[in-house]
Amino acid sequence: MTKLILRRLVLSVFILLAVSVLVFCATLLLPGDPARAILGQQATPERIAALNAQLNLDQPAVVRYFLWLGGLFVGDFGMSTAFGGPVSELLGERITASLVLMVLAAVVSIPVGLFFGIWSALHRGGRRDRAVTWVSLTLAALPEFVIGIALVTIFATSVFQILPAVTMAPPGTPVWAIPSQLILPTITLALVVAPYIARMMRATMIDVLDSGYVEMARLKGVPERQVVLRHAVPHAIGPVAQVIAIQLAWLAGGVVVVEFLFRYPGIGQALIDAVNFRDVQVVQAVSMIVAIVYVVVNLLADIVGILANPKLRSAA
Amino acid sequence: MSENPRPDELGGAAVSAPLQPSSADAAVGADVKESASKPRSLMRRVWGQSEGRVGIILTGVIVLLAFLGPLLAPVLTVYAPTEFADRPFQSTGLFGTDDLGRSVASRFLAGGMLLVLYSVAATAIGMVVGAAFGIIAAYAGGATDAIIMRINDVLLAIPQLVFAMLAIVVLGPQGWVLILVIGLTHAPRIARVARAATLSVINEDYIRAAEMYAMPRSRIILREIVPNITGPLSVEAGLRLTYSIGSIASLSFLGLGMQPPTADWGLMINENRIALSIQPWGVILPVAAIAVLTIGTNLLADATARANASTNVGNA
Repeated sequence: MTKLILRRLVLSVFILLAVSVLVFCATLLLPGDPARAILGQQATPERIAALNAQLNLDQPAVVRYFLWLGGLFVGDFGMSTAFGGPVSELLGERITASLVLMVLAAVVSIPVGLFFGIWSALHRGGRRDRAVTWVSLTLAALPEFVIGIALVTIFATSVFQILPAVTMAPPGTPVWAIPSQLILPTITLALVVAPYIARMMRATMIDVLDSGYVEMARLKGVPERQVVLRHAVPHAIGPVAQVIAIQLAWLAGGVVVVEFLFRYPGIGQALIDAVNFRDVQVVQAVSMIVAIVYVVVNLLADIVGILANPKLRSAA
Repeated sequence: MSENPRPDELGGAAVSAPLQPSSADAAVGADVKESASKPRSLMRRVWGQSEGRVGIILTGVIVLLAFLGPLLAPVLTVYAPTEFADRPFQSTGLFGTDDLGRSVASRFLAGGMLLVLYSVAATAIGMVVGAAFGIIAAYAGGATDAIIMRINDVLLAIPQLVFAMLAIVVLGPQGWVLILVIGLTHAPRIARVARAATLSVINEDYIRAAEMYAMPRSRIILREIVPNITGPLSVEAGLRLTYSIGSIASLSFLGLGMQPPTADWGLMINENRIALSIQPWGVILPVAAIAVLTIGTNLLADATARANASTNVGNA
C-alpha cells in the first residue's frame, strides 16, 4: 500500500514538472518585449539592457526555464509586466481570498451532495429520487455564470435585494470582513459542484445497497439506520472521493468565472486582468498554482481511495 | 486517423439532427449481432424516455432560434444587430436597448448561431482527436498506451478554462483559437472514455477473427472497433457538447471569446449586466437561452446513456 501511494506521489511530481514546461513554453511563443513593457516611456536602450540582465532575459530559454522553476519553489514568480512589481506580492492576498471561497464551497457542497445522493438512493425509483435526478441534471448542465446571474437576479437585484451583488472590500481589508458578500459566490460554486457529488453518491449507493453484505446485515436484523451508516456508506465513499476530488480540483479553475461575476478579488480575477493586459508572468503563475492545487487534490483523493479500499489496505 | 468521420458526425448530430447517424450505427451493430430480436433504434429509445423527449425539444427550439434568428432579426425588430436604435438602456421596442443603444431583441435573435456552430465544431475536433488517441492507446497497448495516457494526465492537470486563457493570451481571441483550444482540451477526457470502451470490446471474437484474416490494423479500428463503441462515444459527445457550449459562452462572458461588435449571447451578458436592475432583458434573454440549450443537450446525453445501458455491446 505504501508503495502504491509512493508511486502516485512520484507520478504527481512528474506531472507537475511537465505542466511547468508546458506553461513556460507559452512565454516563448509570446511576441513583445517585457522589459520595454515594464519601463514604458522611460525605455532607453541602456535601461532595457539593464532590466533584461536583471530579469535574466538575456539568457537562453533553457536557463530561464530552470531559473523560473527554481523561483517557484521559493515563491518567486518573477516580475509582472503590467504592474511592474513582483508577481508574488500581487497574488499573495488573492490566493488566500480564493482559497477561502473554495473551502467554503467545499464545506457547503460535499455534505449537501452526499446527503441528497444517499437520500435519493434510499428512495430509488420514487418521486423524491426523480426530483433529485431532474434537479441535479439541470444544475449540472448550467455554466457557472448562468447560475450566478440567476442568483444575483433573485437575491440581489430584481426580485429581492437582500444580498450584495458584487464584492466591495475596501483595499487592505480581507474579503471575509464583510461575510454577507461571500454568500452568493459560495452558493454559486456549491450549486455547480454538489449535483455531481449527489449523482455519483446515488449511483454507488445503489450498487452497495444491492450487495451481499448489505443483504446479510439486513437479514441479521441490523437496524436500517445502522445498515446505511455503518455498512453501506463507508463502502460507497471510496469511488465518491474521486468525484469529490475532481470537483474540488475543478473549483480551482471554476472560481475564475465566479470571481469575475462577483468582482471577487481572488486569483481568478487576477488571471482575467492578466490575460487582458497580456501579462504573461501572472498568467503563468496562476496556471501553475491552479495546476498544483489540481494535482495535490487528485493525489489526496487517490490516497483516500487506496485507504478506503479494504482489499488494498490489507495487502500492505 | 484524421479521416475517421464517425465521431465528427456524432458531434454534429447531437445538435442539428439529434443522433441520426449513431442510431444508424446501432442498427448496423445490431444486424451483425446474432440475437434474433433487433433492438429499437437508439433514436426511438431516447425519445421513449421523458428526459430524452424534453432534451430533444429544448435543444431543437434553441437551435432553430439560433439559425433562424439571424435571418428574422432585421425583419421582426426593424433594427440590424449592430445598428443603433435609441439611447442606451431604454425600453423602446420589444425588449429595449443595450449598453450602446442597440436593439436587444435583434441582438438576441442574431447571437446564438456562432455559439452553436463553435460548440459543435469544438466538440467534433475533441471527439475525433480524443477518440483516435483513446482507441490507439487501448488497441496498441504497452508503451504506446503508457505514453499517451501519461501525456493525458499532464494535460488534465490544467483546468480547461485556464488552458483556454493561456492559449488566448498567446494567440489572441480569434474564432479558430476558441474552437481549437476547447476541442483539444476535451480530447484527453474523451480519450479516457474511448480507451475504456475499446478495452471492453478488444477481446471480442469478431476482432480476433478480423486479426486472423490479417485485416490491416487501421481497418480493424475503423470497421470493427469504432462501430462497436459508438454507444459510450455518443454519450460522451452529448456531454462534451454541453461543456463546449458552457466554456465558449463563459469565455465570451469574460470578454475573451467573441469580440465586439459581434452579437453573441455570452458577450451580451457581459455588456448588459451593469444595468441588470434597470434593463434586465439584455441579460435575462441570453442567460435563459444558454440555460435551455445546455439543459437540453445534457438531458439528451443522459437519455442516450440510459438508452445504451441495456443494449449496446461496447458500454462498459
